[in-house]
Amino acid sequence: MSGGVDSATAAARAVDAGHEVTGVHLALSSNPQSYRTGARGCCTLEDARDARRAADVIGIPFYVWDLAERFRQDVVDDFVAEYAAGRTPNPCLRCNEKIKFEAVLDRALALGFDAVCTGHYARIDDDSGALRRAVDPGKDQSYVLAVLTKDQIAHALFPLGDTPKTSVRAEAAERGLLVADKPDSHDVCFIADGDTQGFLARQLGSAPGSIVDADGTVLGAHEGAFGFTVGQRKGLRLDRPAPDGNPRYVLSIEPVSNTVTVGPAAALSVTEITAIRPVWTGCPAPLSPVECSVQLRAHGEVYPGVAWTAGDELVIHLRAPARAVAAGQAAVLYDGDTVLGSATISVAR
Amino acid sequence: MLPESIAAMTEELAQLGNPSSLHNAGRRARRVVEESREQIAEVFGARASEVIFTSGGTEADNLAVKGMFWARRADDPRRVRVLTTSVEHHAVLDSVHWLAAAEGASPQWLPVDDCGLVHADALRAALADGAHGADGAALVSVMWANNEVGAVQPVVALAAVAHEFGVPFHTDAVQAAAQLPVDFAASGVDAMTVTAHKLGGPVGVGALILGRAVAPVPVLHGGGQERDVRSGTLDAPAIRAFAVAAVMSAQRREAEAVRVAALRDDLVRQVLLAVPDAVLNGPPPGPGRLPGNAHFSFPGCEGDALLLLLDARGIACSTGSACTAGVAEPSHVLLAMGADEARARGSLRFSLGHTTTQADVDALGACIGEAVTRARRAAGSAAR
Repeated sequence: MSGGVDSATAAARAVDAGHEVTGVHLALSSNPQSYRTGARGCCTLEDARDARRAADVIGIPFYVWDLAERFRQDVVDDFVAEYAAGRTPNPCLRCNEKIKFEAVLDRALALGFDAVCTGHYARIDDDSGALRRAVDPGKDQSYVLAVLTKDQIAHALFPLGDTPKTSVRAEAAERGLLVADKPDSHDVCFIADGDTQGFLARQLGSAPGSIVDADGTVLGAHEGAFGFTVGQRKGLRLDRPAPDGNPRYVLSIEPVSNTVTVGPAAALSVTEITAIRPVWTGCPAPLSPVECSVQLRAHGEVYPGVAWTAGDELVIHLRAPARAVAAGQAAVLYDGDTVLGSATISVAR
Repeated sequence: MLPESIAAMTEELAQLGNPSSLHNAGRRARRVVEESREQIAEVFGARASEVIFTSGGTEADNLAVKGMFWARRADDPRRVRVLTTSVEHHAVLDSVHWLAAAEGASPQWLPVDDCGLVHADALRAALADGAHGADGAALVSVMWANNEVGAVQPVVALAAVAHEFGVPFHTDAVQAAAQLPVDFAASGVDAMTVTAHKLGGPVGVGALILGRAVAPVPVLHGGGQERDVRSGTLDAPAIRAFAVAAVMSAQRREAEAVRVAALRDDLVRQVLLAVPDAVLNGPPPGPGRLPGNAHFSFPGCEGDALLLLLDARGIACSTGSACTAGVAEPSHVLLAMGADEARARGSLRFSLGHTTTQADVDALGACIGEAVTRARRAAGSAAR
């Protein structure tokens, strides 16, 4: 229970469904902020108190589990290392994989519980056990859960997947949950001020390097290649405009030479993707190309394509070009609204 | 709360009158407060004029530690040392830390042995030593009995040593008051903290029993209702309920201590039978330990996992303290006794009191073994 409206309502629904429910709030920071600022952060003392009050109203036991150290190792350190390697990680996905459905689930199972229930917007198919999109397309979180294995999904409950967010808020208000109108969380929860570049610079220090075009012509300088994301347009501070006058975008980040390459929008088009560490939950690993829909970032567009496994890797061919695909993000394959599998993007061109 | 204490408080809540008012209703309320004061004084071997009512143990500890420090330093600026132990309740511990940070106090932490006991020789050595020797000492504060591991401190001997050096002595007797004979005059201490809710009275009222020669600087300023040392309208209903609980607790104390100690001994036996490698922390059962206290380390367990499992079976126990967010923290008492962090984190306290029965002890005995097995499995999953 994060202290937000979704996990509180999910817990209440789990109780209604007849489960014996215990509320758990995760302390993920070893020195939490006292109060929430806007939509940022998810583990302030105020959030812990909100979660406790929701558990009181629902009438379930409530405990705080200290997972700050695991979170630092598995999510924060990984986030920094991924940026340092020129990739763009998704920490929410990593947190689901390593914290909520590994550290918490393992501890819960050992203590005698059967499952971890969260307020994520996703569904689990009654028959096949596969992960599916939520009915509310604006809130669907199947993308950030697609890293879960079959075994993890078998021990997960997502009671909100069949309900639009607005109805969840109304239901929370009806249930007397005081968090009913609390704002949604956005951004990276462990970067309280929302300044990812500043956070990375504090972790990684400054590493001045060059910004070049495709020919290698130096167009500007940067304070660390880790500060950029493929497709980024703002904040490049280039010395001179492109000859054709069109805006330039980050095309690639090369950590070894500490070089950021920029170019025109057209150069961001991607049709061929290679991804590593594939997980298959909606079908067996496809040895020959299968038709699917491909999502390449949270709340991102969906592209038609074909995918197949080659050794340990997943190969994806998109039928329509995608724009600005960043290594480190997950490629999630869907058949309709069912998640077939996912993998971490390593190469996109 | 004892039913008699609830009845007294309920009756008094319906009465009108501020004990400080001069009219008839005020005089009636004042009479209730003063009769209660006399009863409480008698229970604790003090004079009525030595009982200063407070909002509870924490306020009484703050008044004693900060107030005596300020008063003693005002008389002689060399007096900046506060001698205490690292097994004190946070009300004393954090007052001393605050004095150090904000008032230039110099804390001196008296060593405790592996049972949590302070020795009189250690106090003598500390007072004889250090900058300005005993001349630099503002006060000594050592709890009468420890709330976590039940260690009963040699308060009489410690107070005598402090007085040899002319240094006043405060003791937090919150835990001891219900379970041990606590006599203010006979003990020789200069200031003593007690609180109602440990005696079967209400939460929110307590007292600092303060020798007439001791004049701490107030922490709360205002009407000066209590000897000009403590201000605030007196809570006549709570004070009356405090007195009823104190008197009844004193009447029943001896028989109750025998009954509770027997239950506690059986609890220790049953826990060690079910979990042979559990370790009983604190002094061995006997006069050196509070009769209602049992405190164990369960190797390989997280205390908060055990707490969750026992809570689900209707057994309420304690891991020590929790931080503001609610995360269980390793006991500072166990750490001070030399335990490592893993052992401190794997510890639980079981408190027995006037409502505890043999059936409660048997219920714990029946489920502690399985709970420890599960908690160990959970700790194993976390270790990866």
